[in-house]
Amino acid sequence: MTLKPILQGLSFAVASTVLSTAAIAEDPIKVGVLHSLSGTMAISETTLKDTVLMMVEQQNEAGGLLGRPLEAVVVDPASNWPLFAEKARELLTQEEVDVIFGSWTSVSRKSVLPVLEELNGLMFYPVQYEGEESSKNVFYTGAAPNQQAIPAVDYLRNELGVERWVLAGTDYVYPRTTNKILEAYLMDLGVAEEDIMINYTPFSHSDWQSIVSDIKTFGSAGKKTAVVSTINGDANVPFYKELGNQGVSSADIPVIAFSVGEEELSGFDTSPLVGHLAAWNYFQSVDADVNYDFIDMWHAYIGDEDRVTNDPMEATYIGFKMWVQAVEQAGTTDVDAVEQAMIGQTVANLSGGTAVMNRNHHLSKPVLIGEIQDDGQFEIVWQTAGVVPGDAWSDYLPGSKMLLADWSAPLKCGNYNTETGTCSGTVY
Amino acid sequence: MKQALLMFGCWLALWSTPTVAETDTTSSYDDLLMALTEADLNATQPILEKIEATGHPEVLSLFQTLLDGNLHFRKADQVLLSIVDVNGTDQYTEFQSGTAIEPLGRRDVSKIRVNNNLRNFLSSAIGRLQLRSSEPDLRSAAVLSLLTTLDAATADDLAELRREESNRTVLSSIDLALAMYSARSANTVAAQITAIDTLSDRLQPEARNLLFDLERNADNPAVREAATAALKKIDGKVTFYGYVDQLFFGLSLGSVLLLAAIGLAITFGVMGVINMAHGEMLMLGAYTTYVVQLLMPGFINYSLWVAIPAAFIVAGLFGILIERCVIRFLHGRPLETLLATFGISLILQQLVRTVFSPLNRRVAAPDWMSGSLEINPVLSLTYNRLTILIFALIVFVALLVIMKKTALGLYVRAVSQNRDMAKAMGIKTDRVDALTFGLGSGIAGIGGVALSQLTNVGPNLGQAYIIDSFMVVVFGGVGNLLGTLVAAFTLGIANKFLEPVTGTVLASILVLVFIILFIQKRPKGLFPQRGRAAE
Amino acid sequence: MSLLTTFMSRRNSLGSPVLPFVTILMTLTVLAAIGNLWIPADSALHVSTYTITLLGKYLSFAMLALAVDIVWGYCGILSLGHGAFFALGGYAMGMYLMRQIGSRGVYGDPILPDFMVFLDWDVLPWYWLGMDQFWFAMLMVLLVPGLLAFVFGWLAFHSRVTGVYLSIITQALTYALMLAFFRNEMGFGGNNGLTDFKDLLGFSLQADTTRVALLLCTAGLLAAIFMFSHWVLKSRFGKVIEAIRDGEPRVRFLGYRTDRYKVALFVYSAMIAGIAGALYVPQVGIINPGEFAPLNSIEIVVWVAVGGRGTLYGAVIGALLVNYAKTRFTALMPDGWLFMLGALFVLVTLFLPKGLAGVYGQLITSWKRGRNRDEPPQRNQEATS
Repeated sequence: MTLKPILQGLSFAVASTVLSTAAIAEDPIKVGVLHSLSGTMAISETTLKDTVLMMVEQQNEAGGLLGRPLEAVVVDPASNWPLFAEKARELLTQEEVDVIFGSWTSVSRKSVLPVLEELNGLMFYPVQYEGEESSKNVFYTGAAPNQQAIPAVDYLRNELGVERWVLAGTDYVYPRTTNKILEAYLMDLGVAEEDIMINYTPFSHSDWQSIVSDIKTFGSAGKKTAVVSTINGDANVPFYKELGNQGVSSADIPVIAFSVGEEELSGFDTSPLVGHLAAWNYFQSVDADVNYDFIDMWHAYIGDEDRVTNDPMEATYIGFKMWVQAVEQAGTTDVDAVEQAMIGQTVANLSGGTAVMNRNHHLSKPVLIGEIQDDGQFEIVWQTAGVVPGDAWSDYLPGSKMLLADWSAPLKCGNYNTETGTCSGTVY
Repeated sequence: MKQALLMFGCWLALWSTPTVAETDTTSSYDDLLMALTEADLNATQPILEKIEATGHPEVLSLFQTLLDGNLHFRKADQVLLSIVDVNGTDQYTEFQSGTAIEPLGRRDVSKIRVNNNLRNFLSSAIGRLQLRSSEPDLRSAAVLSLLTTLDAATADDLAELRREESNRTVLSSIDLALAMYSARSANTVAAQITAIDTLSDRLQPEARNLLFDLERNADNPAVREAATAALKKIDGKVTFYGYVDQLFFGLSLGSVLLLAAIGLAITFGVMGVINMAHGEMLMLGAYTTYVVQLLMPGFINYSLWVAIPAAFIVAGLFGILIERCVIRFLHGRPLETLLATFGISLILQQLVRTVFSPLNRRVAAPDWMSGSLEINPVLSLTYNRLTILIFALIVFVALLVIMKKTALGLYVRAVSQNRDMAKAMGIKTDRVDALTFGLGSGIAGIGGVALSQLTNVGPNLGQAYIIDSFMVVVFGGVGNLLGTLVAAFTLGIANKFLEPVTGTVLASILVLVFIILFIQKRPKGLFPQRGRAAE
Repeated sequence: MSLLTTFMSRRNSLGSPVLPFVTILMTLTVLAAIGNLWIPADSALHVSTYTITLLGKYLSFAMLALAVDIVWGYCGILSLGHGAFFALGGYAMGMYLMRQIGSRGVYGDPILPDFMVFLDWDVLPWYWLGMDQFWFAMLMVLLVPGLLAFVFGWLAFHSRVTGVYLSIITQALTYALMLAFFRNEMGFGGNNGLTDFKDLLGFSLQADTTRVALLLCTAGLLAAIFMFSHWVLKSRFGKVIEAIRDGEPRVRFLGYRTDRYKVALFVYSAMIAGIAGALYVPQVGIINPGEFAPLNSIEIVVWVAVGGRGTLYGAVIGALLVNYAKTRFTALMPDGWLFMLGALFVLVTLFLPKGLAGVYGQLITSWKRGRNRDEPPQRNQEATS
């Protein structure tokens, strides 16, 4: 009697295994969606789930893929990092999906990675991140640091004459790494150590009074000062509110952010923030017909004209389109075949150019700098002349400058050490 | 082909500008406007300089519209449009003729873009244009916007204006500007040093920046010394005001903690319910603010006055509902209320996620809460923090009055101290329980209105504050409202004075460790409840 | 079914749920192990590796729930910070697994873990020393949570902090530790935590046999701890503990040093939580500061409440059931599963105050009463709060 629930549980588990094994004889190609729908990350990730569902729907309207319909399998890893690994395993072994679109935070990707490599799954990761990774089983369609941070700093130096730097971030690996890279980069350019202030705050930090006041003090030392912000997600709203309230205008101390996009700004009134900056590979305000088409499609799908688009959505869009092309080219959804077919794929990006998948599983993308407007959109004030190829291993970190990722034959290695000529880590 | 022709035309127009400028200012102004629609960001400033030089009467309004980011042009004929957002709908006007037109699609208009450099130029240009404005505030702001960009001609202009000026604020701004000008570029060292002395009484960051610059880069050693002395004097004051600032930050953080915790001081402190759904009551209050603002667009300034009672009612009703449906069955089992309310908090979060989407909602700040009370250039108290501090105290006093002076308060205390005895005395304990829980939840809802002005309004709002709230109530002593007040401000101030020394995270950790150790010393908090009701 | 009931009730009449519990637990895990390793994948009886890891995770959680039940159900100490002991045990195991990666990390550094290499650490911090030895790491799994529990418990119980005050400061403890572990300066990998483990004692963690061995190991340890705890709590020591729960001042007046009893029990429980954490980490493949989150600790208490306090097996059932429900619900209805979970907690609290074990206890009592009318009903272990 006592153990009935366990027995039932077990029999359920066994039964569902059997059922799903039977179900794969069916036709559809399965697309796994591994984005948090509850918990702290739901704010950001729900949109990406909807984007994938929209792309699947659109692909099905266009006749499916390889003559088979696509079927999205959505699970909720609930912003719980171990659960990401468990759900990835569920998607790959129980649902037997052919591809996964998912993850937002680095830790969730790190959690999923061993599962993907063990089961030889395929995942598209659509968010800007700290780099220092290249897995055979992951395609990184967001920006690497050299596609966001470095051009942003160049812009501030060259166009605004910034000489003093505040590197403010949330205390986790993306800001830590980005700031390490930027610090090394700035020192290389001759910026003195006392002209760099580094500050870390915990997740969801909400009381920014002292820090903003410190930034003001730091910025009143006679040199043009800028803040490079890698502050994560929901800590940004109170941060920007405090900036506005304490009267830090973009003319005095501009703030350039790498994690603040249209969606984050839609949560609050941006009029005190006009002129603060963000660096991304895409903005909703991009003036290109392909972008307008995408926005129209999104609005039609979600049924709300006020919903915005953002960079991770574009990354998801590019990733999805590329995967479709690669599957068509390979004629199969087999992971190894698709992985090889992915390299060199090109897709029209939403800013009017072309995205190319490089041999290190990172994209070539344009870098855009935008200024916040009072309607929560960005005005593009600068962009790179061409596209910048994503660099998996930063050239500015001592531990990784000799590393190289190349997944094409004959090297097929994610972390090839050019000095010792060896491939460390997992070898395929 | 068409495009090429158009480009050629524009190029012609640009080319012809200088020659026309000499003869006919209006046509040149029009041509410059045309050029404005064609120029890229780097080429815009020279055009704007030329526009300013024309002295055309429209320049001020043109620059203002441009600075506000409202200047667009129609792609078809390059006519300038002003697009202004009035209560959520865009109103399109032809800029020069002033005639209203039908809204156009986003593919048909293009914006005249400005970046930070242009904004700096525009605001100083507007400053120059407004030096003779009739409003003293505008005049003063105009002078201050010129501080760092003052050239000889404008300096002379300012000196001339100073003679006619009677307003003290404006005079002080002009003096500052002139002193900065002479400190930088006076002919004699003596004049420079006099100017530096004047600056040593000023706290404006621009003046400090200039002094830093002089200290390092001035040619004459006497000037460098004077700058050092002036900076020392200024730094002393800045440090003092820094402490005042920190104290204010601490009080402000304390007031936020108080607002977050005060509802819990009732539901947990007085009723003994370990209310894990308390955070969700805060969240409901914040969402009520959002809905109220949605229902009354255009009245954002008054929305909070509606939102406060509305949030009280909404959260209060939810509280009563929870009490009637769940908590009343759990009397005498306080630790089990934890489980039930934890379940309720999950349900409420998901409810909000389903109804309002998981995205954060935009809650606007009323005008009277934005900006800051500037006591001097280094010490300004932001109005929203100030308002919330005062608001927290008002809510606290009101709650204290309810608990101490009203019949309900008496019943509540009676029931919480001895339920059976209270029942025997004829108090309807059931009703009192429901009303108490409703009161606590309603107060939490009001706290949520205040939080909506500071942080994200999203499904996770409550979770961010629940732990802090429990710490405050326990630290102050369960069941003691005054304890909650003292605890909130103590923790707030301690946090803010630790932060500069240890960093944010360590400060929070130290405060937590302090609470743990404090509870060892006084196991019932700051103000322990006396008597048998304590357990 | 009837055989099972008869068997169990006979055991119960002898006053011990130990044997049926251990038998059923071990039988099921061994069956699952056989189903995974020896039954071909296309058979209906095959148990997938996914299910094996899931079971392993559930059983680790069950052990954690057991630890909470020991202090809460038997001694009335409601700890909202047991997640901290669990996570500390997990980190000790994680550190050992990290050191085992050796030069197979992406940077190929033989000593330093990857996250230290790219954050420019030169040397291994002192507290990582020795963690490459399995015995040392396992010692730490017990000692670190045990020591923390000792210091914390000694302070708290000595000063007679009780009730909600104790609950809230245990919450403060785990919250403070969470903030600390999130700091990258601490040298525990910050938010990313420890991950990308390769092998344990030389066995690849990705191999099915290792997973099955880990599952069996977890089940075995759970059974052993269950038996030992049952014995401890039935001993004279256990009687004092239960007496403390029902009236601490009286026990104190009788001359017992109640604080020492409570500290001892608290340390024992923390060590169990540490072991559970150490078993959890290799099976899920990651440990990060999120495990310290106060909400996690509250959830553990919820498992125990759902299963039923003060019975040991109730805690195990609660943990298995709630986690199984979570797994099912998150897959079945990703948008609405929190409604179900929340409703489950509310309904259990309202209608099953003694949890599922309470229902079972009632059934047994009434069944026995029906069979043997003259015998007075056996007093149930009852937890007061």
